[in-house]
Amino acid sequence: MTFFYKNVYINETATVAGPYEKKGPLHHYFDKSYDDLKMGENTWEDSESRILEESVDILLAKMNKKRFDIDVMISGDLMNQLTASNYAASRLGIPFLGIYNACATSVEGLLIAANMIEAKQIKNAICSVSSHNNAAEKQFRYPVEYGGPKKKTTTFTTTGGASAYLSSEKAPIKVESATIGTVIDMGIKDVYNMGAVMSPACANVLYKHLEDTGRTLDYYDMIYSGDLGIYGKKILPEFMKLEYGMDLKNYNDTATMIFDVENQSVYAGGSGPACLPLVAYGYLFDKMKKKELKKILLIATGALMSTTMVNEKHTIPAIAHAISLEVNL
Amino acid sequence: MEKSRYQKLVKKYKPKENRLFNGMMAFLVGGIMGMIGQFLVEFYATNLEISTKEAGTFMIITLIFIGCLLTCFKFFDKWVHFAKAGLFVPITGFAHAMMSAALDYKKEGMVTGLGASMFKLTGSVIIFGVVSAYVFGLIRILLFGGTI
Repeated sequence: MTFFYKNVYINETATVAGPYEKKGPLHHYFDKSYDDLKMGENTWEDSESRILEESVDILLAKMNKKRFDIDVMISGDLMNQLTASNYAASRLGIPFLGIYNACATSVEGLLIAANMIEAKQIKNAICSVSSHNNAAEKQFRYPVEYGGPKKKTTTFTTTGGASAYLSSEKAPIKVESATIGTVIDMGIKDVYNMGAVMSPACANVLYKHLEDTGRTLDYYDMIYSGDLGIYGKKILPEFMKLEYGMDLKNYNDTATMIFDVENQSVYAGGSGPACLPLVAYGYLFDKMKKKELKKILLIATGALMSTTMVNEKHTIPAIAHAISLEVNL
Repeated sequence: MEKSRYQKLVKKYKPKENRLFNGMMAFLVGGIMGMIGQFLVEFYATNLEISTKEAGTFMIITLIFIGCLLTCFKFFDKWVHFAKAGLFVPITGFAHAMMSAALDYKKEGMVTGLGASMFKLTGSVIIFGVVSAYVFGLIRILLFGGTI
């Protein structure tokens, strides 16, 4: 399912990052970053909620808007019951929609907001996501201080909060179209190889997007997936070739961009809902404003993993959504 | 694409884990751990004038204490990650797993958090340790005789 937009723009963005991201190659592009994972809070859950809320506050300050100027806030994260989003929203007091598509949440939010703005149901929206390395470790894997060995294909959850302000007021970054992806399960059970779980969903939504829009891969200056990691990034082009006969070259993955994967011990690269927006909202949008990139396609990919279902020997389904952004200068 | 064909594609790009190196590291570190353990046994047996069997218990308590303490200092996870089975198979691994869970869940309350979740990782070790001790004890008595 693909939507086209005539009048939706991303006016402003704000990002707050954690210590590992701060040591990464994109540290200049964050609005705020922390040196420790606690961020002055007592628990990991509070820390994640705090950076999400802060990203919204920074965004409002940049836009010179007040909380009551915002029609709707759409937000999601990895924690059970969307803890970080719900608690941030309870303090912010903006009409709130909570959404979950694991690491595909960022584009899912942008897509919902864009549709509501295009239909003139709302004037503006804030789309937020967050993830926190230790909060995710505690919930999905092992206690934070536990040092069990990890496979090389394991991804490293990024710590960050990212928010974007969308409206129909003209801005350099235009939301051009978006495609809702399908949930795909290719029978992978390995929770330490999420790139393999998500690649087919990513390929599928990319193919559907091109089919619906009548475009070829080279229509876009760059296509970015987030977050397949080092090994998923190798699987995707081969899958595209075998399944759809397409030669994917103008492509990169944000999991390998947010960190220096050679020198930081992050295994297969970054993951988490914040990974793609932390790269896109700062670094990629900056490149677009300089016209180094004019048309990009962001594909957020999410492994819809439940620890209970994995323990009950089920395979892991995955989802991906695509959004096409263009420079409007 | 069929699932089986996709699994082959995934396997093609799966990086090889360095088993030989990991094995060597575990062997070395595990060996050093054994040496420290033996040293402690000798130390307690000589200085406290107790039997080797009793000294063994003292040694285990000492290693558990050190494992827990180092976990609280928040760098033991990096050692375990590096030394792999060399540190997490010995009793230090048990102490580390228990302590790391305790540290995580203490914020959820003494009873509902720490008490309920402290053995999240190590509960299986205790349960299956007790069960297998029972089974093997039974086999020993039935096959080879001996006292209970």
